Amino acid sequence: MSGEVFETIDLSSRALRDLNAALHALRSGTNRRDFRVLNPRGQHAVAVGVDAPVGITVAGHVGYYCAGHNKQARITIEGNAGPGVAENMMSGFVHVLGDASQSAGASAHGGMLLIEGNAGARCGISLKGADIVVKGSIGHMSAFMAQAGTLIVFGDAGDALGDSLYEARLFVRGKVASLGADCIEKPMRDEHVALLGEKLALAGLVGQVDPKEFRRYGSARKLYNFHPDNALAY
Amino acid sequence: MCGIVGLFLKDRSLQPALGGHLARMLGVLSDRGPDSAGFAVYAAPQPGMTKLTLRATDRRAFFHLGNALDALGNDRVSLHPRATHAVLTMPDGSEAEVQDVLAAHPDVEIVGQGARMELYKEVGRPERVAERFDLPFMAGTHGIGHTRMATESAVTTAGAHPFSTGPDQCLVHNGSLSNHNAIRRMLVREGQHFATDNDSEVAAGYLTWRMAQGASLGQALEAALADLDGFFTFVVGTGTGFGVLRDPIACKPAVMAETDRYVAFGSEYRALVDLPGIEDAHVFEPEPARVYFWEEAA
Repeated sequence: MSGEVFETIDLSSRALRDLNAALHALRSGTNRRDFRVLNPRGQHAVAVGVDAPVGITVAGHVGYYCAGHNKQARITIEGNAGPGVAENMMSGFVHVLGDASQSAGASAHGGMLLIEGNAGARCGISLKGADIVVKGSIGHMSAFMAQAGTLIVFGDAGDALGDSLYEARLFVRGKVASLGADCIEKPMRDEHVALLGEKLALAGLVGQVDPKEFRRYGSARKLYNFHPDNALAY
Repeated sequence: MCGIVGLFLKDRSLQPALGGHLARMLGVLSDRGPDSAGFAVYAAPQPGMTKLTLRATDRRAFFHLGNALDALGNDRVSLHPRATHAVLTMPDGSEAEVQDVLAAHPDVEIVGQGARMELYKEVGRPERVAERFDLPFMAGTHGIGHTRMATESAVTTAGAHPFSTGPDQCLVHNGSLSNHNAIRRMLVREGQHFATDNDSEVAAGYLTWRMAQGASLGQALEAALADLDGFFTFVVGTGTGFGVLRDPIACKPAVMAETDRYVAFGSEYRALVDLPGIEDAHVFEPEPARVYFWEEAA
């Protein structure tokens, strides 16, 4: 196959439900490869629930939950994303060329979410195994109760990073406004530098930053079990 | 839920289209707030004149009020009804005689006043409310609007936004305040009057109080961060300014767009998509607990 082969779906003339129904009809063995979605105009739930190894480019800003529940697909948003982009993603690659609003990658189980700009509050909240790379900064309460996966931030993190964190791994290159309950800075050993290098390679960012410039944050694991000293707190 | 919008024009050539843009923005956000809607539009002031926006449940009240105003024999006092609202324009110095006439018409309520602001709000679908009051045809320098999904008090006109508690000042709010009763008691002691038991009116009154003490809009918003507790995204209008403030937790959504020609606010980006040149605008999410405000160039 040569040349550009993609199907265009223009949301100024087609209903969003038509787009999502067409994407849901795709199966793993499909020959259809690439889709270009025009005029998203901030609509919610664009390209949600896709389960096929296709490429989808959304030409513009989107509203809530774009690329939510994604499996396998490589989804590029040529603009900003509203709340909950790639929420509960299972696999695949979601690439936001602009900024993302709050709860980016919330509870995502797998795959990669790459945000070129900033992400708002609660980025990676309840993260369950996906990788999130934010090339800008992230807002407050990010990685709240994050259980597994990695959150990598080139810029700064807002207040209460990693509050009530489980086993997700957090790497921040810039300043952290404050750490949440039970989140602590941990030493950046060689294995962590190597892990970070792998994740940056997965995101296609080899050579853009030095993994050694990042600091690592994780759970102090003090909230895992009930401590009798806290009895009066309940 | 609720939806809020705001549009502050930098480019004068857009002024005739202000109402058209605001009406479309409100219409898009109908699904965030289908119960009632309201908006305030600021026009260039007519020197020496003040505008009162009035509301009456029975439109015949304006007929009687109009006759009573005519009897004053002052041809610079005029009344322009628009559905359930009317704008009374009067020259400086005639306030006392106009107030006497209004006092004799208790079925007519003052909902806003100032040199530039007109304020309309009513129950019903936002796009219908906008049409009913001719918003698409209104010109102006800036405006704010609200679509309400009532959660904590009844669907009434009085509960609709914007709330105006001072001349040329008004506020729309998405969220809910938790310490509004205490703040209201403090403001009442300071001499403020409240028309409703609504939390958002308290926020408006708080900013009015601060500005009456000499604070700028930016300083008043900064102080609000310390004193108001709860969830809020506010969009505020003054005679020459436009401000935005989100609480530190920032649960309530907010998107802004800025170009050389305007600054626009919407609860969602969808509200902004028909603005001119939006494709090339700087589109951003206002940060929590950070005061944003713009003042008209002198």
